[in-house]
Amino acid sequence: MNLSAFRALVRKDLVLYFSNRRALIMSIAAPIVIAAFFGSIFGGGDDDAKPSRIPIAFVDRDASTLSQAIAASVKADPAFDVKVLDEPAAIALAREGKVRAAVVLPAGFGEAAPRALLGGSAKPTIAVHFDPSQATAMPLVRGLLTQHVMQAIGDGLGTGGAAAFSLPFTLQAQESTAAPRVPYNSYAHSFAGMGVQFILFMGIEVGVGVLLARRLGLWKRLRAAPLSRTMLLGSHIASGAITALVLLAIIYAAAILIFGVRIAGSVAGFVGVAIAFALLTSSFGLLIAAIGKTPEATRGLAIFATLVMVMLGGAWVPSFIFPPWLQTASLVVPTRWAVDGLDAMTWRGLGFSAAIAPIVVLLAFSVLFAALAVWRFDWEEPRG
Amino acid sequence: MLEARGLCKSYGDRPVVTDLSLAVGAGEIVGLLGPNGAGKSTTVAMLCGLVGADRGQVFVGDASDRVELRDDSLDAKQRIGVVPQELSIYENLGAAANLKLFGAVYGLSGALLAERVDAALTLVGLADRAKDKPNTFSGGMKRRLNIAAALVHDPDVLLLDEPTVGVDPQSRNAIFDNLEELRRRGKALLYTTHYMEEAERLCDRVVIMDHGQVVASDTLAGLYRRLPAAETLELEVDGPVDLVALAREPGIERPAQDGTRLIVHVADLGTAAPALLIWLSARGHKVQRISSGRADLEDVFLSLTGRQPRD
Repeated sequence: MNLSAFRALVRKDLVLYFSNRRALIMSIAAPIVIAAFFGSIFGGGDDDAKPSRIPIAFVDRDASTLSQAIAASVKADPAFDVKVLDEPAAIALAREGKVRAAVVLPAGFGEAAPRALLGGSAKPTIAVHFDPSQATAMPLVRGLLTQHVMQAIGDGLGTGGAAAFSLPFTLQAQESTAAPRVPYNSYAHSFAGMGVQFILFMGIEVGVGVLLARRLGLWKRLRAAPLSRTMLLGSHIASGAITALVLLAIIYAAAILIFGVRIAGSVAGFVGVAIAFALLTSSFGLLIAAIGKTPEATRGLAIFATLVMVMLGGAWVPSFIFPPWLQTASLVVPTRWAVDGLDAMTWRGLGFSAAIAPIVVLLAFSVLFAALAVWRFDWEEPRG
Repeated sequence: MLEARGLCKSYGDRPVVTDLSLAVGAGEIVGLLGPNGAGKSTTVAMLCGLVGADRGQVFVGDASDRVELRDDSLDAKQRIGVVPQELSIYENLGAAANLKLFGAVYGLSGALLAERVDAALTLVGLADRAKDKPNTFSGGMKRRLNIAAALVHDPDVLLLDEPTVGVDPQSRNAIFDNLEELRRRGKALLYTTHYMEEAERLCDRVVIMDHGQVVASDTLAGLYRRLPAAETLELEVDGPVDLVALAREPGIERPAQDGTRLIVHVADLGTAAPALLIWLSARGHKVQRISSGRADLEDVFLSLTGRQPRD
């Protein structure tokens, strides 16, 4: 094997890629900016950050001691951002989506509720007007409201001389992260997702670059040289993988230095997943070159395929919010393993053993893509 | 230096090259001519190993060290330089960086590579632009760099596929000078072109292809001798001439008239010219001017293929 030729081909690809400032900025700045955005809306990385509060409107049409106690309890709950309003204003805010729900305590609630608890009369109705686009907040609102009402009624019964009662348990919420004192950093997942997405975009450019080289006759000149097919394709795989690794390193350097992301798990595992993903990227690029016809058409289709892959891979939103069938189905998508592998080695803080499966799967996909590329690659110049 | 024997190539059921044989010796420029679709590019692709022949063989080298070109024959490829029709250079790499890359893929490195890069740039007149990127070059300079990229490994055989497409006359002359210098150095050059005047200026021999086959292979003089009428007479006459009747006259070939300009091809200028003047005078035509010339390669081409080179 002519190593100087191999090095020259790899160096050429690297020089061409890294001297293209526009492509470089797109490959580095775009994932950082978008990951920063997603990371911030999913909780950010501030150690002292509090969970975002649920905005609700509260209407007390009863104005009894009990209803006022409930209002005070709800207002004191850190989970809620409460606005006390009259009923029309509260319902209007829910309709406009400015609060998740408008809770209306009816007149007579203070008298009826304790009696209903003891089975003496009909139950009063608390109306909850909710924003249908935010329906996922409803179970939480309902649960917390029940807790506050029961607590207030219990307290009221206690002051009246009967045996006071309260919830028979307390909840302690604790983040299950890398270590007890390591807070969850939502940037870690968003950087994994966006890094995977934009590095795959770079892989598309590897493939399109081969198609362009073919169109420009450069491929003809290289094919006429005393180079084996293995060396020609291998140099593209090597240069693509090196480029992917460099980009991933820069993106994670920004994540670590600016956004406080930590490789809380195995560093070796992180490097292993990164290398396996880099190889996957370049073999994916080569596959694109093998099945593509024109650079323009191929780029469009490849971007679409990549977006589908990263969407199913949990790069945009974590895969655990997928329906169960999709969580299982998405295991056949290599990006799922890349994102899960990077997550495991960063914020989940898992050991090297958790990186083995992603590495093996990514390498297997790399071999599959490379084999398909070699099989489908049109070595002969089409001639009329 | 380069020899092809019985090359055949088909795409599907369509034969593109059929039983093609040719040879190019050291210090020789052979022109490969043919209309579009004649099979020239496929032939060049087979000669440099880009396309595998269905049948036939290609050899490179002298009798003492001849090697057969196969898809995996790296030794044979090492001796061949290819100048594709397209500008096959990296626009965003400097001129010298391009040549270093193409030298490296042929196994050159270190001081030898640097020396060859300098030599190739000097030959094509781009030594003072070594660091500049081709995207700052004129079309002619890019074409010269395209040729230099094929020369950097100092091949014995150079295959040039229409290397002057889109080049201004000054750059074309510079390229011709480069190629003539390579011929003086003993290189074997195969030159495909549409331009008959290029073949007439450069080539020692010409191979004419049509429909994938060689229809003629000879020196220019030999090709002219094949023409039934190798001389031309051009006359300025006062009106329309009966070309059908004129064509029936002995020694007169392919008469044509464009306004007052009458052109006829003749085999023997000495007998045909007086006979033609008498024939015209007998029909009342006045001849105001007469001149003679030789048929050119375009006439040969037309005679052999029935088509213009650019058809």
